[in-house]
Amino acid sequence: METVIDIKNLSKRYRIGSLRRHTSFRDLFDEKLRELTRFSKRNIRNDESTIWALKDVSFSVEQGEVLGIIGRNGAGKSTLLKILSRITEPTDGVVRLRGRIASLLEVGTGFSGELTGRENIFLNGAILGMKKKEIQEKFDEIVAFSEVEKFLDTPLKRYSSGMHMRLAFAVAAHLEPEILLIDEVLAVGDIQFQRKCISKMDQIGSSGRTILFVSHTMSLIRQLCKRAILLHQGSVAASGDVDAVISRYEDIGIEQQSSEWTNDDERDKKEAIWIQKIAIEDTAGVQKRSFLNSDDIIVRFTVQVNDPHPYLKVGFDLLKDGTPVFRTQQTDYPNQIPLDKPGVYDVKCRIPQHLLNAGEYTITPLLSAHLIKSFMHRFEPILKFEVTIDASLSDYYSVLSRQNHPGVVFPSLRWDIESR
Amino acid sequence: MTGAEEIILRPSRGISLVRWKELWQYRELFYFLVWRDIKIRYKQTFLGTLWALIRPLMGMIVFTLIFNKLIGFSVEGVPYLLFTFCGVVAWNFFAEGVSGASQSLLSNANLISKVYFPRVIIPAAAILSGLVDFAIAFILAVVLMVYFQFAPSITILFLPFFILLTIVTSLGIGFLFSSISVQYRDIAHALPYIIQVMFWITPVGYAANKIPGELQILYWCNPIVCVIEGFRWSMLHSGEMPLHLVGISVSVALALFILGLVNFLRMERKFADVI
Repeated sequence: METVIDIKNLSKRYRIGSLRRHTSFRDLFDEKLRELTRFSKRNIRNDESTIWALKDVSFSVEQGEVLGIIGRNGAGKSTLLKILSRITEPTDGVVRLRGRIASLLEVGTGFSGELTGRENIFLNGAILGMKKKEIQEKFDEIVAFSEVEKFLDTPLKRYSSGMHMRLAFAVAAHLEPEILLIDEVLAVGDIQFQRKCISKMDQIGSSGRTILFVSHTMSLIRQLCKRAILLHQGSVAASGDVDAVISRYEDIGIEQQSSEWTNDDERDKKEAIWIQKIAIEDTAGVQKRSFLNSDDIIVRFTVQVNDPHPYLKVGFDLLKDGTPVFRTQQTDYPNQIPLDKPGVYDVKCRIPQHLLNAGEYTITPLLSAHLIKSFMHRFEPILKFEVTIDASLSDYYSVLSRQNHPGVVFPSLRWDIESR
Repeated sequence: MTGAEEIILRPSRGISLVRWKELWQYRELFYFLVWRDIKIRYKQTFLGTLWALIRPLMGMIVFTLIFNKLIGFSVEGVPYLLFTFCGVVAWNFFAEGVSGASQSLLSNANLISKVYFPRVIIPAAAILSGLVDFAIAFILAVVLMVYFQFAPSITILFLPFFILLTIVTSLGIGFLFSSISVQYRDIAHALPYIIQVMFWITPVGYAANKIPGELQILYWCNPIVCVIEGFRWSMLHSGEMPLHLVGISVSVALALFILGLVNFLRMERKFADVI
């Protein structure tokens, strides 16, 4: 086996302040003015601080390996891919790459709405590093994969977002680099097309090419990778067998002791809608982390609406061992009052008794505004609770108490016995 | 896999040089970007490519009215219309190249933050895509010459040199402005004025010999003076091309080019972080 990517002590520092400060000479002037009129002691220069998006990252990848890279938002995953794809330079450290590298940091890069689908295939292919001859050879294959044959000579701006996405992925999927970097490209599209993309990636992976795959979808990481690396706050927190790394990932950041999570991210407060707090409670309003399967579990969101929108959705994914059990949103239940006025709302979801089986569950909150494409906020798993079987319910349970039922759910189903 | 070239990524220090070999590898992308710029230039316009004819014609008419009829400039031995048309064609090629190139990095921001390639090809493509408009206007110039029954002389062989000089000058300024505009958006606001000022210190509507003799050397420090005069000299055999003044213009153009390129390569590393 040959090492194709060798990363040694890689670090990347960003200056946070300079991004906003120096977009024009006037900003500089404005700021000096504001500094003069400001009464608070807070000095602007504090903003000039720097952050290490990556700090001392070292690992290597063998040829043909499909390596998963996981981590929470801001852990440094995208920065790592940006350095590997040479978009940005490291601040420190060395990377050695062997072979042609291509990245799908975002499919459809360089697409132009004014050009037709056909023209965009060539343009996008060239941007992603394909030769004209190569694109010509694969043209039919790309078109077939994208399922947009009929619209090849239509300007791209007339495409639906689904068609746009399919065309973009089709071009990208036909790249043949030795090393492929993929960042969460499968997050969009319908299920059927997603499946197609995943099988294509599987195929790429088994053809001996090296893939670095960044995703928040653990089931995908598990499906495609044998080995994974967990980044946390810019450093490698775990590396090795994919299952072990994923379980480490799920522990990071979860409120280990608390049944309440408070959002202290300043950036979120400016959003149209943001979650202030999430708590897990019993029906009496007492916060708990441990429930019996005969208890109702209340997940209570405290949500502040700044910019009302008729289609705001609050919800969460419930996961067990990284596998989704269900997704629920307030709009799933009929006759809810809409979140259409600014203010603070209590949004509660009741997980009924006799639904969950024994085990540990995590909650990943979701926020979205339907019809606003760009707004979909997916958090990381942040709260955990435990369900145990209520041994007092019946004689059967007491027998079973040391030996749980298999399965994610443990519904109390009705059985009828009649003697004939 | 064996024999695959090893790429080493590490923080760069000092002055970066042009990586010619890499530039050559990316030549197809360069063609595609030029092709795209040409393709979408007149998309969704009613008059389409006609704009490439209308703009120099309008310029010619306006300058003839102002300089020839109103102020009374005239040129010996050459119809004024033809004289100013040559100037306008060369000027438009330069001005549109510079303004296109200066904004090219920002309008391609999504490419820069998503894919690697030598960034210099973006402003360069913006300038070269102007060659199509230039060619269309040039054909119109030939038509006008036929109409005025004006035969070109042997000096027309020097025209490619002056086209090259325009490109080199536009590249120098385009590199400089585009790389600055990544960090400072001011360039976008200042650009129309800069181009306007440059227009007035360039002999588009008059001949360079209108400038007093003692100022000639300073005047020719503007490489576009040489371009405009050169276009007329080679196409219409009008005016003179004193070698020492041409030398000054060419040196300034080369200096601008090198300055622009070096600055561009130095700032290039930070583009994706700041854009």
